[in-house]
Amino acid sequence: MTNLDYYVMPWYQKFFVNIGLFFVSVGKGIAHFFCAIPGAIAGFFKMIVRGLAWYGKTLASGSIGTKLSYLIMGAGNLLHAQFIKGLIFLATEVAYIWFMINSGWTNILKLGNLGTTPRAEFFDEVYGIYRYPEEGAYDNSMLILLYGVFTIIITIAFISMYVANIKSSVYADECKSTGHKPPKFIDDIKNLFDGGFHKTLLFLPIAGILVFTITPLIYMISLAFTNYDANHQVPGNLFTWIGLNNFGKLMNSNLPLGKTFWNLLGWTLIWAVFATFLNYIGGIILALGINRKGVPCKGLIRTLFVMSIAVPQFVSLLVMRNLLAAHGPINETLLSLGWIRTALPFFTDPVWAKVTVIIVNLWVGIPYTMLMVSGILMNIPEDLYEAGRIDGASPVVMFTQITMPYILHVTTPYLITQFTGNINNFNVIFFLSGGGPETLDYYQAGKTDLLITWLYKLTVNSRDYNYAATIGILVFIILAIVSLVTFRNSGSYKNEEAFQ
Amino acid sequence: MAKNYNTGRKVASGVIFVVLLILGIIWILPLIWIILSSLSTDTGQPYTFIPKAFTLNNYKNLLFDAQQFKFVKWFLNTLIVAVCSCIGSTLMVLFVSFALSRLRFKARKPLMNVALILGMFPGFMSMIAIYYILKAFDLTKNPLVCLTIIYVAGAGMNYYIAKGFFDTIPKSLDEAAYLDGATKSQLFFKITIPLSKPIIVYTILTSFMAPWGDYVLPSLICGTDYDSYTVAVGMFKMITREFISTYYAQFAAAAVLVSIPISLLFIKMQKYYVEGVTGGAVKG
Repeated sequence: MTNLDYYVMPWYQKFFVNIGLFFVSVGKGIAHFFCAIPGAIAGFFKMIVRGLAWYGKTLASGSIGTKLSYLIMGAGNLLHAQFIKGLIFLATEVAYIWFMINSGWTNILKLGNLGTTPRAEFFDEVYGIYRYPEEGAYDNSMLILLYGVFTIIITIAFISMYVANIKSSVYADECKSTGHKPPKFIDDIKNLFDGGFHKTLLFLPIAGILVFTITPLIYMISLAFTNYDANHQVPGNLFTWIGLNNFGKLMNSNLPLGKTFWNLLGWTLIWAVFATFLNYIGGIILALGINRKGVPCKGLIRTLFVMSIAVPQFVSLLVMRNLLAAHGPINETLLSLGWIRTALPFFTDPVWAKVTVIIVNLWVGIPYTMLMVSGILMNIPEDLYEAGRIDGASPVVMFTQITMPYILHVTTPYLITQFTGNINNFNVIFFLSGGGPETLDYYQAGKTDLLITWLYKLTVNSRDYNYAATIGILVFIILAIVSLVTFRNSGSYKNEEAFQ
Repeated sequence: MAKNYNTGRKVASGVIFVVLLILGIIWILPLIWIILSSLSTDTGQPYTFIPKAFTLNNYKNLLFDAQQFKFVKWFLNTLIVAVCSCIGSTLMVLFVSFALSRLRFKARKPLMNVALILGMFPGFMSMIAIYYILKAFDLTKNPLVCLTIIYVAGAGMNYYIAKGFFDTIPKSLDEAAYLDGATKSQLFFKITIPLSKPIIVYTILTSFMAPWGDYVLPSLICGTDYDSYTVAVGMFKMITREFISTYYAQFAAAAVLVSIPISLLFIKMQKYYVEGVTGGAVKG
């Protein structure tokens, strides 16, 4: 099919072609995702091999200082009279070795089976009672795992320092052989505000993310491969590695756990589709209405809608929950008017609850889309309409050929982020229905729980950390596929610097 | 013909206006209801839209009777966290987005990809682990410090909008500055920052508003430490099953008091919000 064929099609055919293309690109995206994994792994190993080759070559060809740096960090710099730098490297090495001897090495060794000595009661002959041993006398699998992850991260940081030490020594050698002076410490500092400014800027943010995002994430990801569930709580019990069992259990729809997972996954996707597209369409219609020429009091109407989202979200959602409660004002008013016999089951009937959360989410979400589309409408270049008018286009034609394509084009990335955001939309479900109505068919979840609120309940209520972590990984995979399919096709990803 | 067309248009506009006005009123009704119930003499959960009698006692009790709920303390707690974390977060966001937008270095693309991947993991996954890490640093005794640290530490990940803004500043400015002998830090402080007022305001406002609405993280970290609750945790407590029948009106009053400053800030911010969300996209 050529472009020309596409343009002469009637609009409904275009629609079907677009839907077809969408599924083709989803398939392609998933294929790309899985094809990219081996490539990425191969690239990683290639990088390591190249690094090791460089490591060996430099050892063979380097100066005495460089060779010494392989054993004593900073030696090369010290020989080139770069004292402060050399001493910093040396101090790092001493500190790391001290840490490893003190605790690091045992931390790593214990990672193998996450502890062997459970906390057992013993008879204390001094007091004549049964009691638990002091902390430290038994193994705590959770702490072992946490410290182990920490030690690994510290080791990686040390290795990068080590490589920097060798590089720095080689650089000093090079300076010497070309007749320059090796940079002094003050030069290095100056460089941090010019050529290496990115290091200064990024140091704190990366350190923060490393400690408070990446470390906990690695820890939780490892939990997905253990049996740290309600029956293996520390410090009373130990937990250990069980491989991919958790994934197997979650995928098996015969078990209550797997059944819950598949049902909630289905509801999460339905929710994300409805919440995203209804909000989007509603917001566009609202914005078009408000921005229509000739409608009076635009400012007043806009303010009404903006007010409703300006209030903190948890407040407005809790208010909605009380408004719709079984004995809330809406039900009581309808009852007293005699319009209904029994209270409407807004949050007690599964189907009602699902519809309710989607509709209340419209209340929360439509003003956001309206705000954004209003902004876009004002940005549409006036000359497009001018040209349309000269060519004799009617308002309808101008709307379908100029306004709508423009809005759709600009808001596509927004639509994608909204979709992924809705898959993880914790607030609306948690504050509104709390996942309810509860059901015995599901494991620790209600009928309107999303995967993300189920994850929360599993960690906070039942403490099945391993299942929670597994769900987290599965949600990640879903989001990764969705974003890969869509982001890779968007212009802003392909051509980042076009407008600089 | 032309006249008919115009009258038709006017009627249509009128009808649209009425529909929009009704919709707008529906949208605002829950908020009016919360204001009304904060003024009710009935302190429990209301069954009607309009209370039978009005009083300001709920506000008085909320602010001055700190026996059960220490709202003033919670409000100050949240304010402190919000101010500290908004200063820290704004710096973090500006640093990261400037580095990724204007500077070129080997790790740039990999770092952006890592941030993209990290962003796809559900945030709650790591919260429990964060709690234990803070415990290892012995910080859990001071939940407010914890909260601030966590907000600031993670702020660097939200660089997209600011980076989109920096990307639109013409590169020729940078080149001119370099020709005049500016270092990269001088470029950042003397040229880019003064040009970025809108995005700085946007970042400050969003990071200031975040702690007011955040419930899950503070509730995990504060636990039962009543004195260091933030407003979100405290207010959620007010309408749990054991308290709702006596404290609902005070909850409503608290909601009104928290909402007023936040909504004023939001209304100020909405212009930047629109620019931020669409600004990066228009180019694509």
